[in-house]
Amino acid sequence: MKANKVLDVNGLACPMPIVKTKKAMNEIETGQVLKVRATDKGAKNDLAAWTKSSGHELLDFKEENGVFIFWIKKG
Amino acid sequence: MTEHKKKTNIILFSGDYDKAMAAYIIANGAAAYDHEVTVFHTFWGLNALRKDGFVPVKKGFLEKMFAKMMPRGADKMGLSNMNFAGMGPKMIKHIMKKHNAVPLPQLIEMAQEQDIKLVACTMTMDLLGLQKEELLDDIIYAGVAAYLADAEEGNVNLFI
Repeated sequence: MKANKVLDVNGLACPMPIVKTKKAMNEIETGQVLKVRATDKGAKNDLAAWTKSSGHELLDFKEENGVFIFWIKKG
Repeated sequence: MTEHKKKTNIILFSGDYDKAMAAYIIANGAAAYDHEVTVFHTFWGLNALRKDGFVPVKKGFLEKMFAKMMPRGADKMGLSNMNFAGMGPKMIKHIMKKHNAVPLPQLIEMAQEQDIKLVACTMTMDLLGLQKEELLDDIIYAGVAAYLADAEEGNVNLFI
C-alpha cells in the first residue's frame, strides 16, 4: 500500500511509538497515509486504540517477522 | 480545531523513580492522545523537578538537612521496591537501556517538549524547603485550587 510518510519505531519501548506516531501525524495532511513500523509488543493494541480515539483510520495492519506494520489515514 | 480537548491530570506525590516513571509515561501517552496534560507535583514528587546540580540558595538548618537527604533530581530517585540501598536503580537503569525504555529524566524533558504543564505545589515546597531556583525552568507554581480547576474538568485523574 502507498504511504505518504514512513515512520520507523523499531526497538523503541512504550510510550515512544505513540508519541512519535503523533508527531509524524502532525506533519502530514488530512487524508494522507502514514506507515508505521514498530516492534514493541504492546504497539499492536496501543496504536489501534490511539488511531480510533484520535479520529484517524487504520487502513491496514500486518505482522512481518515480529515487526508490526500499520497504515494509518489521517482523519 | 474547534472541539474541546480532553484533560488528563496526574498528581505525583511519590518520590520513587518507578512511580514517577509510570506517571510520566502516562502523561506523555496522554499528550500523544491530544489531551491537555498537567502533572501536579507535591511532597516527594517535587524531587522529580529538582535540578541535579547544587544550587546555592539561603536555607535554614532543617531545610539544609532536607536538601541533603532528598534526591537531587529525577535521576537520583530510589525505587519503591527492591531499592537495595541504591543498587536497585542501577540495575533497573541497565535493564531499561537493554529494552530501549526511556529513562525518567528524558521522559520529563519529553513532557516539556509536548507542552505538558508541570506544576509544583508551593505549600509543600515550603515544607521541604525547596526554592524556585532549585527546580527546573518553565514550570508552574500553584496550589490546590489550580489543581482542582483542572481536575474537575479532567477525563483522567490519577494520584501516584
